Amino acid sequence: MAAESMSAPGKANRKGGQTKRPLPGLEEKHQLPIFENSGLDKDEDGGDLTDSEESIFSGLEDSGSDSGGEEEEGENEDDDDSGVEEKSMKDKFSKRDVKMSEVARKEEGERNGKLDESDCSLRLEQLGPTPLGDEYEEDTSDEEDIRNTVGNIPMEWYKDFPHIGYDLDGKKIYKPIRNKDELDEFLDKMENPDYWRTIQDKMTGTDIRLTDEQIDLIHRIQRGQYGDAKFDPHEPSVDFFTHETMIHPVTNHPAHKRSFIPSLIEKEKVSKLVHAIKMGWIKPRKPRDDTSLFYDLWAQEDPNAILGRHKMHVPAPKLKLPGHEESYNPPPEYLLTEEEKLAWEQQEPEERKLNFLPQKFSSFRAVPAFSRFIHERFERCLDLYLCPRQRKMRVNVDPEDLIPKLPKPKDLQPFPTTQALVYTGHTNLVRCISVSPSGQWLASGSDDCTVRFWEVSTARCMRTIKVEGAVRSIAWNPNPVHCLVALTVDQSVIIVNPCLGDKLLYNATDQLIASFEKPEEEPVQPVEWTAAEGEAFDEGFRLIIRHNKLVKQVTWHGKGDYLATVIPDNGNAQVLIHQLSKRRSQNPFRKNKGMVQCVLFHPIRPFFFVATQRYVRVYNLLKQELTKKLLTNCKWVSSMAIHPGGDNVICGSYDSRLAWFDLDLSTKPYKVLRHHKKALRGVAFHRRYPLFASASDDGTVIVCHGMVYSDLLQNPLIVPVKLLRGHEITRDLGVLDVTFHPTQPWLFSSGSDCTIRLFT
Amino acid sequence: MGGLEKKKHERGAATNYITRNKARKKLQLSLADFRRLCILKGIYPHEPKHKKKVNKGSTAPRTFYLIKDIKFLLHEPIVNKFRDYKVFVRKLRKAYGKAEWSTVERLKDNKPVYKLDHVIKERYPTFVDALRDLDDALSMCFLFATFPRTGKCHVQTIQLCRRLTVEFMNFVIASRSLHKVFLSIKGIYYQAEILGQLITWIVPYSFAHDHPTDVDYRVMATFTEFFTTLLGFVNFRLYQSLNLLYPPKLENKPEENELKQDDEEKYAMDSESYMEKLAALSASLARVVSSNEDDVMPDEFPADGENAELLEERQKEQQILEKQKKLFEGMKFFLNREVPRESLAFVIRCFGGKVSWDKSLCIGAVYPVTDETITHQIVDRPNLDKQFINRYYIQPQWVFDCVNGKTLLPVEDYFLGVTLPPHLSPFVEEKDGDYIPPEKLKLLAIQRGESTYECETQSEEEEEEDAEESEDEDMDEIEKQDEERLKNMETQKVKGKKLNVKVTAGTVKVENKTQASQREQAEEKRLAIMMMKKKEKYLYNKIMFGKKRKVRETNKLAAKRKAHDDMLKAEKKKSKKMKSQ
Repeated sequence: MAAESMSAPGKANRKGGQTKRPLPGLEEKHQLPIFENSGLDKDEDGGDLTDSEESIFSGLEDSGSDSGGEEEEGENEDDDDSGVEEKSMKDKFSKRDVKMSEVARKEEGERNGKLDESDCSLRLEQLGPTPLGDEYEEDTSDEEDIRNTVGNIPMEWYKDFPHIGYDLDGKKIYKPIRNKDELDEFLDKMENPDYWRTIQDKMTGTDIRLTDEQIDLIHRIQRGQYGDAKFDPHEPSVDFFTHETMIHPVTNHPAHKRSFIPSLIEKEKVSKLVHAIKMGWIKPRKPRDDTSLFYDLWAQEDPNAILGRHKMHVPAPKLKLPGHEESYNPPPEYLLTEEEKLAWEQQEPEERKLNFLPQKFSSFRAVPAFSRFIHERFERCLDLYLCPRQRKMRVNVDPEDLIPKLPKPKDLQPFPTTQALVYTGHTNLVRCISVSPSGQWLASGSDDCTVRFWEVSTARCMRTIKVEGAVRSIAWNPNPVHCLVALTVDQSVIIVNPCLGDKLLYNATDQLIASFEKPEEEPVQPVEWTAAEGEAFDEGFRLIIRHNKLVKQVTWHGKGDYLATVIPDNGNAQVLIHQLSKRRSQNPFRKNKGMVQCVLFHPIRPFFFVATQRYVRVYNLLKQELTKKLLTNCKWVSSMAIHPGGDNVICGSYDSRLAWFDLDLSTKPYKVLRHHKKALRGVAFHRRYPLFASASDDGTVIVCHGMVYSDLLQNPLIVPVKLLRGHEITRDLGVLDVTFHPTQPWLFSSGSDCTIRLFT
Repeated sequence: MGGLEKKKHERGAATNYITRNKARKKLQLSLADFRRLCILKGIYPHEPKHKKKVNKGSTAPRTFYLIKDIKFLLHEPIVNKFRDYKVFVRKLRKAYGKAEWSTVERLKDNKPVYKLDHVIKERYPTFVDALRDLDDALSMCFLFATFPRTGKCHVQTIQLCRRLTVEFMNFVIASRSLHKVFLSIKGIYYQAEILGQLITWIVPYSFAHDHPTDVDYRVMATFTEFFTTLLGFVNFRLYQSLNLLYPPKLENKPEENELKQDDEEKYAMDSESYMEKLAALSASLARVVSSNEDDVMPDEFPADGENAELLEERQKEQQILEKQKKLFEGMKFFLNREVPRESLAFVIRCFGGKVSWDKSLCIGAVYPVTDETITHQIVDRPNLDKQFINRYYIQPQWVFDCVNGKTLLPVEDYFLGVTLPPHLSPFVEEKDGDYIPPEKLKLLAIQRGESTYECETQSEEEEEEDAEESEDEDMDEIEKQDEERLKNMETQKVKGKKLNVKVTAGTVKVENKTQASQREQAEEKRLAIMMMKKKEKYLYNKIMFGKKRKVRETNKLAAKRKAHDDMLKAEKKKSKKMKSQ
């Protein structure tokens, strides 16, 4: 066993081989540097060891020199290397514990005595080449201490003192007197041949001339050679041990008895393993699977293997193929300009249309690696397993198919198509227009405080009447027998006889008005009726109905005897109905809900329409009750018109909508048209033709074909047929009023550009 | 009303979906394992049609899996392997802690591994399915093959990726199935057609990656694990279909062997160099049965009417393809050391060319620079000192442009030091209304056989220039004339003031009938659009917006190009003037 352990390289320096056995102390020094110290101390101390020192070093001594200790060696050899280490450590500690006991100390003393001898001889051997006495001569560390005792401190601290330190006796060492100036230095440099090898000792302040040996040493070190000239780094190495196993053991001990007895522990271990193998707990190692990784996986393609899963599978969409802009040398138009580059950089990475900046390289070798390549692959991976997938049907719609098929406007003629005449003369926006029932005359009221009467066919202004304020509303009496126009100026409604047309006719009207006889008892009226006289009568004024608030709208009943006015600020009397023949006024409603925008009489039946901001209420005047409430779905109704048939109503609103109500159908709009871009100002129905028009602030008038069938089952047909432009937009206002010619398919519109236009 | 109370969310869509966390709990897997399983088995979340219904009334953002998918995962053998692996790791850690090295060794020997064969068969029941999904697999493997052998992932994975990609490239060479190549700033795109499937992959430029830190390499590694298995099986099958040996063997040609033998022996061990020789892509592969290349002509069936035309077209396409396959046949290329060897060798060999490079650059060089029969040398430097007379020195882009153009382009544009023509993407198919760069038009003309197009345009341009110059002169003359006329007019006017007012006959405005009708139609359309329903109008506006945007982009590109060309022309003129002065 001993021979075996020797051949192992790990243990080689623990024991000496037989052939070239080194001295034990030497290896000890190699292994544990502490040892040298201890040995040195012992050398210095000689024989007289103090108790404490002895005990400390003895422990170390023991552990290291176990080759020397005969008792321990036998034990150690049985265990393997690590065991030895541990054991020695244990030994050390145990020895320290025992150090108090006298017996142990004695024993160790003996041992140390023995060892000391050997150690001394060892040192002598080791320091063979250098004689023992030289050791102290070369030791320069003490020398410095002797001269100056300040220690290893920066000498600048003594800069301002006359001395430079203290000698061993504590006396100051004074700086040598130096009175050399530059010149002296220079002379010295020139004259002294040893100047180059003179250095100043900072500790003492004296100049030292370096010896030849010292200079030689410096030179060697500078050249990167060893300091010692005699040292040969390349001397042939001498093996301590041979690599061959020798027949003789290293030690001379007889083999222990234990080495002949089979180990019980080993037996136990082996039996355990055998049992485990028998029971199948330990299996023989599987041979590595060397068969090739890949084979023909799709050798038999089984159509049954295609499960429902595969049919439901949503394959991941393939990555988009690169376009020209991704090329390393793209056509110049695909490169981004400076502004585009800036915009690209400022965008969020998710919002960018391209996830890279197109670049141009003059040659292929100049193309660098793409820094986000791994990122892009990674993002693709994430998309593959994290992104929710959904089957989406992409409808490929031809936009032309979306446009509804409507009857051609050509087939729906006649309707106004072109601008025929422009009636100029007003100097401010023309708020309202009205056509006489005969269709020959046109009345217009404007913000320039005039009312003008035009001949329709020639665009000639026949009369101009001055009034005291802006004309908000004007309405021609629908009864062809009367020749009267009602208009609202500030707080009053003025009934004017324009004295146009048939002389008999308008004289008859005058007579009719004059024939009025005041009743005996004057009824209490909300308004004040006065007949015009003198100059005003010559102007054409016949009657003035004074209200106490601003009048917004006036409208006639179909028969021309009643007229209704809207007075928005008048509390509960927002709507008043006047009877011309009896000069009587009455407030039909006890209470008004909401702000009344406009009112209308039904052309045939005794119905009365009142439009508030959002609703249109239909009252039966005979029964004096509310029959219907129409929901316009608009924010603010601006105007209203009724079909001559009386079953359909259109409402224009300031939120640019036009709602068509079929009264038979529902209270909700049959159709809401959003044709205009801005607020609607006026709507109108044609009396004969199935036409209606809407005027808006965007400067356009849209004429629609609105056919109402007598068959109740058929819904009205609404087709926009013409978009009429002509009015200019001034002060954000476009077309303010629109009305149709009573007999012809002509359309009049008045605008904020002070003109009235006729479209035929 | 009798019957059980109907509870909410117990029928309908809600029962078909399961949230991710619930699925994870059902499978008793950690999130990482669940993710890995999803990646391997190809399970992805689904977006329900009515998210709120499925989410039991909540609108919280959740990912949903189909409950059927999760049930499908329940019986997966890989799940058990995951659990085994967890146990294995625990045991191993314990053994390490106790420093029981023999146990560690034993455990490592018995490390649980799983195979993905069945997963691949399950996900891709037919071979064509597998081919269809090969894009990502190839891109990923090509990326992993360029990774350094240290750090990010296992060396074995990288080596396997390299092996598989080399095998695939060799197959593409052998089958000549490459169609398109595109040098982008991201990398090189390749497109091949295998069994009628278009497969596109991207290869990064061979530089060291600066590995980003915000990327989860575990996810990528899991994907690569699957992709390598898939690619391996696909490769096997592809090699089999061409009667090639798998794993690939190089064809032994006796005369070449003698040449190369000596320097290869110096190079490396046989087993190591074999892989590299394969990767060099310069030699062809050995076949199981040495096939004599007689193409089996497909039987022709008499076709009638419309079919005949279709057939003819198809035949034409076939012919072009066949021609493209033999594009570089009979050419001998030599690659200078500064050009990317692998991609060029791959492309040239795919189209039947012979290619070689400097012996010191890579193993597998077939002939040296001094070979007299070399027709093209590919160089990517401004100039070359020593040039042979009987060969073209061209830049690498020529090869790629030729492949994409399906013809041999004139080499003059690609000589050394010449500014290259733009490199266009072969993947863009312009529809009518799209912007087509002029280079593409030129290419199309060349493909149609109008080789003179370019010369003509050039001469035209020059003529134009001349014309412009003369025009300038003309303009001067015209201006002079105008001035004279104006003077005359003024004098006449002065005279006219003295004359009496005269009524001239009005001219009849001739209305263009077609224009009028067009205007009418436009108005009709505008009116009809007014009557659209809200929903349809929205859709219509959206479509029209898209169309308009497209037109705008096209116009923008065209304008940019025009500005650029004008600038070039102006510069040319300037330089001409400078020269003349």
